[in-house]
Amino acid sequence: MVTLMTERKRSALTRGRLPKYTPHVIAVSAVVVAAALMSLVGFNIFGWAVLSAVLFATANVVSTALVEGRRKATDKLATSVVAGAFLVALLPLVSVIWTVLVNGVPGLLTPGFLNTSMNGVTGAVDNASVENGTPVLGGAYHALVGSVLITLWATIISVPVGLLTAIYLVEYGARNRFSKIITFLVDVMTGIPSIVAGLFAAAFFAMILGPGTKTGFVAAVALSVLMIPVVVRSSEEMLKIVPNELREASYALGVRKWRTIIKVVIPTAISGIASGVTLAIARVIGETAPLLVTAGFATTINMNVFSGWMASLPTLIYTQIMTPTSPSNSDPSTQRAWAAALLLIILVMLLNLGARLVARIFAPKTGR
Amino acid sequence: MFSGAALGAGALIVAVLFAVALFLVVQALPTFGAPAADITGGRGFFSYIFPIVIGTLIAATIALLIATPVGVAVALFTSHYAPRKLARGLGYVVDLLAAIPSVVYGAWGASYLASQLKGPYQWLADNLGWIPLFGGPASGTGKTILTAGIVLAVMVLPIIASLTREIFLQAPMLHQEAALALGATRWEMIRMAVLPFARGGIISAVMLGLGRALGETMAVALVLSSGPLIASLIRSGNQTIAAEIALDFPEAFGLRMHELIAAGLVLFLITLAVNMVARWIINRHSEFSGAN
Repeated sequence: MVTLMTERKRSALTRGRLPKYTPHVIAVSAVVVAAALMSLVGFNIFGWAVLSAVLFATANVVSTALVEGRRKATDKLATSVVAGAFLVALLPLVSVIWTVLVNGVPGLLTPGFLNTSMNGVTGAVDNASVENGTPVLGGAYHALVGSVLITLWATIISVPVGLLTAIYLVEYGARNRFSKIITFLVDVMTGIPSIVAGLFAAAFFAMILGPGTKTGFVAAVALSVLMIPVVVRSSEEMLKIVPNELREASYALGVRKWRTIIKVVIPTAISGIASGVTLAIARVIGETAPLLVTAGFATTINMNVFSGWMASLPTLIYTQIMTPTSPSNSDPSTQRAWAAALLLIILVMLLNLGARLVARIFAPKTGR
Repeated sequence: MFSGAALGAGALIVAVLFAVALFLVVQALPTFGAPAADITGGRGFFSYIFPIVIGTLIAATIALLIATPVGVAVALFTSHYAPRKLARGLGYVVDLLAAIPSVVYGAWGASYLASQLKGPYQWLADNLGWIPLFGGPASGTGKTILTAGIVLAVMVLPIIASLTREIFLQAPMLHQEAALALGATRWEMIRMAVLPFARGGIISAVMLGLGRALGETMAVALVLSSGPLIASLIRSGNQTIAAEIALDFPEAFGLRMHELIAAGLVLFLITLAVNMVARWIINRHSEFSGAN
């Protein structure tokens, strides 16, 4: 009996293994030791978490190296590094969202922020509100209107062009030379710097309508250059996964190709196309650089995209930070900038969420 | 007629890309014809564009040096390390990084990150000041090219992470299972069966990230307090093409406007070349991998 027990302990399969509870023990002791060390130099939660993680990883790797050998230790080290990198990648996300929330909520809750413009809000007004301690005047209504209108026009331009191109690529192109060229150029277009798209629109309209033409429509054209490739790629993917049987069944009933596409292919893929378009809108609504060079900086509400400067949320953030309304008291401007940033993030997140909902709600019902 | 419309839309895209190039060239031409003394800086277009091209490259290099290892590790975590059920959700979280508008990153970098980095920069200047890259005196505001590079890294990270994750997920399952069955640890399996398969994909993801980092405007325009080209990363100085355009174009007129458009043309050509190489690698890769 006794010999059997020792036999089992020396078995090649179980020899030299750390017991299963080791990582838990190491984790607990790492947290405790880190807390003790931190209390010596001054406690803060962030340093404590980092120190615990480092201690845990080191102790885990070293103990594995001593007992289980070098290969297992390398594996543990790789796991720690990879998991650590993921946590490091989360830091800026948490930090950005936290910063925007802390700085943006007071401004966003200020009465009138959502339904007044910056019209008539001058440095003197800001100085007065700081000196008297009254709420900050001025708001983002004009920028919100501008962002919505410019993005709307960009969508009106991009969706037909993008969708038709995707239809050409999937239904008509059949991987011929021209469709390969288009696919390649669309990929390349995805990488055009946004500022260059803005310069293109500015240069284009400067040639047609004279230099210095800055309207919401120019900005919409600039955004379309950025939006079209996104729409093409996502619609193309969606059209590709429509089963060929559906098309063939339709042809067999004598339906023409264009009617098949409109009545069979697109309705099947509409959920994916709609969610792709929503994601594309979410991408361009936050673009700043092209608007800086095409739409100008307006402080008043402008409902007409074809004439006059137009404000937008991103440019409002930019101008309020770079050139505060009142250079001596920049706090009101900073507050408005962060509030606009929070508003913009909320818009983008809602669009992203909407895209997922659309994809789920309108998804074609499969037989299974 | 419908097929004609579809073809027309495709042709329009080709036309737009050529139009972008054409209009930039036409509007940039006056710069090249102007006398050297009239160009900003007074010594011709080349000596005007050279420092900001180098500044652009410095910022993009910093961004990639940080974002590549972290991005690849994040991709590995979501594809091979995280528990199956969590992996999708964690992927979304990383994609959220891409959803935040660039101007918000810029504002965050300028107001929060820069002030947090003042201390470390001072330390670098005191202790590693003999390396030209960390030559002092350190910036008092933290608004340096290194800060801009870090903000760019955060913006590039989700691109690299999501593209490489796709590649990692396509790595042949049979090879991975074979490696595990032969007794390889998880890391050995990844090194033998996943990374060699994904090499081309990682390179092209990094190139696409480079394209984004080169052209990103707002992070640099808001974060960097610009100046002439200097070697030190922790002093205010340097400038990138995109930020130069964003800062100066709204007030520019006449020759200055043409000059900035010429700078934009240079940026366009650089990113075009980078993107074409990246796409070429991806396409070559997809032909023999059987992916897509």
